[in-house]
Amino acid sequence: MNIGAGSGTLLEVSGISVSFDGFKAINNLSFNIGPAELRAVIGPNGAGKTTFMDIVTGKTRPDEGTVLWGPMSANLLRRNEAQIARAGIGRKFQRPTVFEDQSVTDNLMMALKAARSPWRVLFWRAGGKDDARVAEIAAQVGLADQLPRKAGELSHGQKQWLEIGMLLAQEPKLLLVDEPAAGMTLAEREATTALLVDLARTRAVVVVEHDMEFVRRLNCRVTVLHEGSVLAEGSLDHVTADQKVIEVYLGR
Amino acid sequence: MRPGFLAKNPSVIWFLLILAIFTLVITLLSHAYGPGVISTSMVKTLGKTLCLCLIAIAMDLVWGYTGILSLGHFAFFGLGGYMIGMWLMYERTRDIVLKSASDFPMTPHELQDAIGSQIFGVVGSSKLPAIWHFAGSLPMQLLFVVLVPGLLALVFGWLAFRSRVAGVYLSILTQAMTLALSLYLFQNESGLRGNNGLSGLQNIPGLSADQDHSSVWFLWASACALALGYVLAAAIVSGKFGSVMRGIRDDEARVRFLGYPVEGFKLFVFTLTAVIAAIAGALYYPQAGIINPGEMAPIASIYLAVWVAIGGRGRLYGAVMGAFFVSIVSSWFTGGRVPDVPLGFYTIKWVDWWQVLLGLSFVLVTLLAPKGLSGLVELIAGLRPPRRGGAPLGPDAGSLQEEEARE
Repeated sequence: MNIGAGSGTLLEVSGISVSFDGFKAINNLSFNIGPAELRAVIGPNGAGKTTFMDIVTGKTRPDEGTVLWGPMSANLLRRNEAQIARAGIGRKFQRPTVFEDQSVTDNLMMALKAARSPWRVLFWRAGGKDDARVAEIAAQVGLADQLPRKAGELSHGQKQWLEIGMLLAQEPKLLLVDEPAAGMTLAEREATTALLVDLARTRAVVVVEHDMEFVRRLNCRVTVLHEGSVLAEGSLDHVTADQKVIEVYLGR
Repeated sequence: MRPGFLAKNPSVIWFLLILAIFTLVITLLSHAYGPGVISTSMVKTLGKTLCLCLIAIAMDLVWGYTGILSLGHFAFFGLGGYMIGMWLMYERTRDIVLKSASDFPMTPHELQDAIGSQIFGVVGSSKLPAIWHFAGSLPMQLLFVVLVPGLLALVFGWLAFRSRVAGVYLSILTQAMTLALSLYLFQNESGLRGNNGLSGLQNIPGLSADQDHSSVWFLWASACALALGYVLAAAIVSGKFGSVMRGIRDDEARVRFLGYPVEGFKLFVFTLTAVIAAIAGALYYPQAGIINPGEMAPIASIYLAVWVAIGGRGRLYGAVMGAFFVSIVSSWFTGGRVPDVPLGFYTIKWVDWWQVLLGLSFVLVTLLAPKGLSGLVELIAGLRPPRRGGAPLGPDAGSLQEEEARE
């Protein structure tokens, strides 16, 4: 077995298992992704997609297995959520979670890559560069004219975009994106696809998605999860031709 | 391009102006500096009320902005009072002992013993406990005002937040802390005179002025502390730190995934507000004249939450209004000057029924007017901030309502 993620691997998850009250949510799952790669993770409900993301982001601790990160093969299991986020893993939730009581600007400023310790945050003041960066990101996600509005007033789709914008502001090396297209119009979906494909040129992007049409448009490697482990991996055409995949997922 | 501090906090100017006018008017109507329309005891009550407003700001920071419902901040308030009270009592007793023994020169040891038996005779002891070692030094005791409650908050908060105790469990834990502290201080062995507490604190050693004057000076000191506290709190909540605080209140997990060490932020806010509370207490008790462990009873900290809720949490001026209004009305009702209401079959005595009235108004405010008294200010100022959650402003209606919703 190859110990430690080599230079070609950004995140190496190997042999993780976790069970909740006897139910094995993740069962001996292994997963690798390179530093500039787009990957779609699909699977039926209860396949362990969200639990997988919880483990990588530090929300859930696996019972066994290792999660190694970066060229130094740092052990992510010994870090908490905030430390993992600072290491460069950003996460977008299925339900848009933005700070509804605060303006779009404040949401983006909070996400902007900067020092995170209380003392540094206390004395942090937005400079011209930060303003420009926020404006740039807002323009990128189509919220340029919404900056002073409270995030709570935005439409569902706009909240999705704001969250993607916050993710961009964090400048993560790995993005975990949970059902980005949920609640979006067709035009918005196309824009999202283009954005994700573009982002994957410079960083690793993992997209968890139900919608096969959306996955097809991403045109990337696909990992199929089933009952907490990897069922098949490869191009979409390859996995959709796989007999096991057809049985458990597509054939239903 | 970016708005300045005052533009972002329009309430600061108004607050400082109102506070300055208030303090000035009281001064000019006091016995010491005016016709004496306002009695010295009333000046003291108002000065104490300003200290309560300061601890209400601390409570608003920790609860209204960060979402930590601490029901233990009066413990820090009381500790601050005890720390300054030790110096006040020690110095005054020393003066008395020296005066009465002016003919006989005393060795430092004899002096120490005399002071000890003066202060601790009441609990059947004559030795000064070790914690009174620095009681003769004002700078040391002032340092303790900040250090002792600050360290207690730091250790308690570190233990509680590190194990991710939150919500109602944290509230219960803070109640347990303040109860334990007050029970400990009730013991004579605690070295702080048990249930007698410290008394005679209104006499400031080395100050020849009478109570009429010193009460006004303390009023000004309290007003200055409140002003500084308000500006500090406004500066904290208007920056990115404030954004993170509100983020923790609304969605703690999301803040973690942004990379912020949530526990560190909570600990910071908890400790800072404990220190603010302690400073408020150190200014309060010299005006009250006496402090005993009853002041730190759990109910006091619950009252604090009630003030902030009635004033409107998440708004600094709301906390101040709540504390001021409720404690003034409270002292009016409990002062026995409100006429009883004879109903024939029963007489409503406000001294007893005031508590019921307060409880009822707390329930009503929570249910019907979550913004509390500060909702009135916003009504007058014409600020109609968008409702939190914002869900009703849907994608279609949102474009129309946006203009109204914008501040």
